[in-house]
Amino acid sequence: VDLTPSPQEQAFRDQLREWLAANHPGPEPEGDVAGFQFRRDWQGRLHADGWAGVSWPKEYGGRGATLVEQAIYNEELARAQAPSAANVIGLAMGGPTVIAHGTDEQKRRYLEPILSAEEIWCQGFSEPDAGSDLASLKTRAVRDGDEWVVTGQKVWTTLAHHARWCMLVARTDADAPRHKGLTYFLMDMEQDAVQVRPLRQITGEAEFNELFIEEARIPHANIIGGEGNGWAVAITTLMHERATLAFGLQIRVKITLGELLDEARESGATADPVIRDRLAQLYIESEVLRLNALRGLSAIMRTGVPGPEGSLGKWQWADVNQALTELALELRGSRAVLDDDRWTYRFLRARANSIEGGTTEILRNIVAERVLGLPRMR
Amino acid sequence: MRFELSDDQRAIQGTAREFLAARYPPEEIRRLAFDDERGFTDDQWAAVAELGWPALVVGEDEGGLALGAVELAVLQEQLGYALAPMPLFSTVAAALVIRESGDAQQRARWLGPITEGELRGTISGPPDAGAVVADGDTLAGTLEAVPEAASADVLVVAFGEDGRPMVVDLHGDGVSIERAGALDPTRRLFTVTLDGAHAEPLRGDDPPSHAYDTIAVALAAESVGVAQRTMEMAVEHARDRKQFGQPVGVFQAVSHACAQMLLETEGARSAVLYAAWALDEAPDEAPLAAAMAKSYASDAGWRVPAAALQVLGGIGFTWEHDLHLWLKRGRANAAAWGDARSHRRRVADLLAL
Repeated sequence: VDLTPSPQEQAFRDQLREWLAANHPGPEPEGDVAGFQFRRDWQGRLHADGWAGVSWPKEYGGRGATLVEQAIYNEELARAQAPSAANVIGLAMGGPTVIAHGTDEQKRRYLEPILSAEEIWCQGFSEPDAGSDLASLKTRAVRDGDEWVVTGQKVWTTLAHHARWCMLVARTDADAPRHKGLTYFLMDMEQDAVQVRPLRQITGEAEFNELFIEEARIPHANIIGGEGNGWAVAITTLMHERATLAFGLQIRVKITLGELLDEARESGATADPVIRDRLAQLYIESEVLRLNALRGLSAIMRTGVPGPEGSLGKWQWADVNQALTELALELRGSRAVLDDDRWTYRFLRARANSIEGGTTEILRNIVAERVLGLPRMR
Repeated sequence: MRFELSDDQRAIQGTAREFLAARYPPEEIRRLAFDDERGFTDDQWAAVAELGWPALVVGEDEGGLALGAVELAVLQEQLGYALAPMPLFSTVAAALVIRESGDAQQRARWLGPITEGELRGTISGPPDAGAVVADGDTLAGTLEAVPEAASADVLVVAFGEDGRPMVVDLHGDGVSIERAGALDPTRRLFTVTLDGAHAEPLRGDDPPSHAYDTIAVALAAESVGVAQRTMEMAVEHARDRKQFGQPVGVFQAVSHACAQMLLETEGARSAVLYAAWALDEAPDEAPLAAAMAKSYASDAGWRVPAAALQVLGGIGFTWEHDLHLWLKRGRANAAAWGDARSHRRRVADLLAL
């Protein structure tokens, strides 16, 4: 056990911190369009100096950072309160999936524009009738010469209204066993057959979209990982989602908890020993989340692949973030009937934490079956 | 940064696992717990001393191995996993305080023989639970729940964070030792009454707080082993036991309970390893890290066995099944050296809440 950063890790942190101090673009402007353009410009600046896709191998335009360096990267960006990159899904999931399963031609075509944010990516997995049971999805793709014709509906597609490419999983063989008949496509979003509608959520905003796909056309060359192999490719995307996003999330929890602790100190809420006890417990759980994530990194560095343990972190993150926002609202007392500060929004937004990116129930199934080796349901 | 055991630490883990599994099968644990007068045999203690375990934390000047809190945590986790009854924790706890706060002469006098397995120690604690009063170089009062006192030679009396610990010769005058009923049958507890017993203050320069934190983390590590073992019992049962024509582990009410056990066990292990590392390498972080580890592992150390009992169903409630032995150790550990709530209070203090 050695939690001291190596000289190389320390140098990485120092270099990034210095770069951030010189290049931080300031606060994000209001509004979806202006905000998105701002994050797109920010990613361009990150990319120009080699700070986008730090985890990607150097040969594909990344920095070839180790997992520990990626953790440092996430920490430093959060600490500097830097804006997030515009193309989060492309960077965290799309690129790594193309690198793992794409052809050389696909790597040449798609990777660079992800890094530069020239082409934004979105993820077309979930459907109205296929959420946790993803393999039951119904969107159909039928071969027509060198193209596939796709019809169906997708939901919860973040960034779809900005995206050029959609990672789309569709059924290409209705007769095959359900996990076998799926294929992973890159669908061009710039066609009339794809309609994007914002999906308004309980906070009042629309972070997500619905996709209505009516005979959209996808060239055969846009299949990733081969026809009928869509399930395995989709799993790669999901594992990257849980492994890399989860690490950034635990840092955001620590920052939010820091705000709550400051407020509780100022308001005198900590005079109540029950509140004090619960705040201490939250702090401990946020630390355990961080420490588990660090241990997970060391394990991945040894074995080379993100394992099902990432599911544990994402599940625990949801628990902690929900408990944190619940306590914050409780501390407002009767003023919690008002909607006049950020905790109201955070409480509502946190309800999705145990659903998005894999429900807590599905994550518990994964932990039970794949980590503990319990018999599978069904 | 490497947050996993080194090869040497893995070797300690492997040796301990094999030794304890071979020497302490469940029937031997029960024999020592319920039928043996003292709770361990001379041969068993000699074998433990041969492995160097009492010497683990003792400095090289006294012939010890001078290993750190991480190595101690690794060993303690295996001792909790195996639930081997032996007066090692109590001896190591005494050794930690003497190492930290004793002067050179005191360290040589007590730690040398501890290293050889010739002397055993114990400790009263946690430090704020003291019910004894010092009068010059004598002590009077009653100490409750002192582990393995009847088989120990010296007792370290802890007096609160700033108080200088004192050492009592348990074979001396003014000392009476009486067996107390203990929740955990695998660790003997005694009421020690001091009536003008001679006591020698530790005269070194360092306060004992680092040693106290190490003791708390060592107990927390034991609780991680307890949680790991009982989680394995639950998982094995959920795979094998059939009801309604299928293994009960296919039911999510059961499998999700097992997943929750993993979450708590791994969380406790992370907290303990971090605290142990901080005790060795980052003393500024150690008090907070130790309080977090003891708090989290105290909860996991009894909640996981309790949940495992539920998964086992009726068989888990029988005396015949071994699970209750681990449940009792886990619950007793949760209460010893500061319970979860008192450590959360400490966390809140350290965060200036």
